[in-house]
Amino acid sequence: MPAKPKIAFFDFSSCEGCQLTVVDALQTHLGLLDLVEIVQFREAMSEKGEDYQIAFVEGSCTRESDEARLQAIREQATIVVALGACAHLGGVNSMKNRWSIENVQTYVYGKHGRELYESYPARPISAVIEVDYAIPGCPIDRNEFIQIVQKLLQGRKPKLPDYPLCVECKLAENACLNKQGIPCLGPVTRAGCAAICPQYGSGCEACRGFVPEANFEAMRDVLRGHGLTDVEIDAQFSMFNAYQLKEMGDAAPLSAQSGNGSRRRATDAEKLPSSTFAAPKEA
Amino acid sequence: MTKKAKRPAREAVADTGAQVRINVHHVTRVEGHGNIVVDVRDGSLERCELQIVETPRFFEAMLRGRPYLQASHITSRICGICACGHATASLRATERALSVRLSEQTTLLRKLVMHGEMLDSHILHVYMLIAPDFLGVGSVIPLAASHPDIVKRALRMKQFAGDLCATFAGRHTHPIAMTVGGFTHYPKREQVEALRARAEALLPDVDATVELFGTLPFPKFERETEYVALVQPDEYGFIDGMIGSTEHAPRPLEEYRAVTNEHLEVHSTAKHTAHQRESYMVGALARYHLKHEHLHPRAQAAAAHLGLSAPCYNPYYNSVAQVVEIVHCWDDLIQLLDTVLARGIVPEEPAPVTLRSGARGVGAADVPRGILFHEYQIGEDGLIQEANCVIPTGQNLGNIDRDMRALVPTLLTEPEETITQRLEMLVRAYDPCISCSTHFLNVEFVGK
Repeated sequence: MPAKPKIAFFDFSSCEGCQLTVVDALQTHLGLLDLVEIVQFREAMSEKGEDYQIAFVEGSCTRESDEARLQAIREQATIVVALGACAHLGGVNSMKNRWSIENVQTYVYGKHGRELYESYPARPISAVIEVDYAIPGCPIDRNEFIQIVQKLLQGRKPKLPDYPLCVECKLAENACLNKQGIPCLGPVTRAGCAAICPQYGSGCEACRGFVPEANFEAMRDVLRGHGLTDVEIDAQFSMFNAYQLKEMGDAAPLSAQSGNGSRRRATDAEKLPSSTFAAPKEA
Repeated sequence: MTKKAKRPAREAVADTGAQVRINVHHVTRVEGHGNIVVDVRDGSLERCELQIVETPRFFEAMLRGRPYLQASHITSRICGICACGHATASLRATERALSVRLSEQTTLLRKLVMHGEMLDSHILHVYMLIAPDFLGVGSVIPLAASHPDIVKRALRMKQFAGDLCATFAGRHTHPIAMTVGGFTHYPKREQVEALRARAEALLPDVDATVELFGTLPFPKFERETEYVALVQPDEYGFIDGMIGSTEHAPRPLEEYRAVTNEHLEVHSTAKHTAHQRESYMVGALARYHLKHEHLHPRAQAAAAHLGLSAPCYNPYYNSVAQVVEIVHCWDDLIQLLDTVLARGIVPEEPAPVTLRSGARGVGAADVPRGILFHEYQIGEDGLIQEANCVIPTGQNLGNIDRDMRALVPTLLTEPEETITQRLEMLVRAYDPCISCSTHFLNVEFVGK
């Protein structure tokens, strides 16, 4: 790695909010720009360089034709970092995976959707290329981004917290939301965001992924105690982690009641009456 | 460790004297991926269009079967820049479906969050994406070296806008504390007072912004079009109201489909729209046309200083209208903060919902890039059954195509670099946020 590494940012299927968070992080850490050379950042600059050592990749891979672009990034970069939940986990994009691709193409784009809008089940970039590190979150936490970049520049290996969010939430002296009847996935979610959602009164939605050895059964019991139905609990677990849950197969902590995970994929889809609610007019 | 470039940034291949091809992939400095294709043969324009090449994400399909409380958190993820706007339109759709009555405080705080997002987005756009075109630099990075004061001012203003969102909603991308019926968190009085003081202290930056953009030469180009924006009886607002048009009487939100008439264009992954003409325009310039009389006096003065008056059919002036809106939002948020401080902040439980079978609601917000609609149908079990979102950039695509078709013939004697630059500037003026559905910009010339 050269003294002043060249870094590049790339985006796939995403809202680009993580790159915007990077822009925000740089506002308060302008000194970082002296330590690296940004050669590609389409959202902020026109200049474009193909010589880089560290690649930050935002977004999920959602179509076969994007795989070559990911592989080219892997070939070029010494270090590939998945930036945010879409790249790290599949994120919100993978909520569509419960339906068949034909179903979602037709629902959103009408009967020509299938031929015009190439897509396949959303996946994290690690399902396509080898990934060295991930910066979790939807969006990423700007402080964690800075810390991880600092470690990379020092030649150290960034390590993500392997304890649940509740640890940080307690340190922040937040009152426990689950104890107030507000569903919160903090007990099964990887820490690292300083419990920002509970801090603002909103339950954790596990955008950073599940913590190792999470006790899902106990979590389901807590959520049931809030009066949530099985379908609602599955929806809580699967907002950012639908891909991960499917990969867990029969070990996924899902009821058989909804199509949100591995067990009933695409079966609900076929039961739906065909709808033109979102589809455009036919030309 | 250099490897071959995956894809050329710009390739210019002269086939014959009469046929030239230029291809610019992923036009930069817009939020999203798109390509411009221009095909001129023997001096006549055969094809000119904006191609959207971003991957479709199918948000409407994803929402089906999910609890209504998740909708605003899911749909804010449509766009990192318009996250608060999507959340607001989503919440309004759910609230209108479920007969929720919002408190005065909730309405006030939602307006402040929208102002924060409008400022954040407009400042990013005019300073970091538009200004480099006029100041002769490639992007904001060299701009920081050549014009450090300008960049520092932009960052100061943008940081304030982000902090405004964060104070009330937790963060700008993606808002946390906004929920169906209200908020899940309220700031302390001292935080609001501190914001109020900062807003006041930054007013010289707002004035300097108007001065700066008064000195920039915007290209001259006009094409008459229809403007569509949300209109309210007594304010220059961004949430709720009716659908206003420069060519049609205002319509209630429930009639949005009669305005948008979404249809597919093969070259784009976004849906196109048309109302009274073949296309219409949404965004700051459209809002200016439909409600400029409600602008704060300082914003009216800024419009006069910048040479903006209705009617103005120069799409490059959308950036000027954004500057005017920066001034308006700034003065308006000071007023809103004063109101909040005078009332005092009282933590409230979110207003209750009424679930019933097949409840439908349309929510609308005029977000930085224009009018945005969400419509949901929610079952008695609280699960979303149907969802539709019509995004601003999709509504502008047809208008961009038609502007380009009118503009290109006037530029044919210019060098290709100039045509490319003018087309890129045109598309950028619309501030396309293609991650809303899609991604932007390539210029491809075939023949000339």
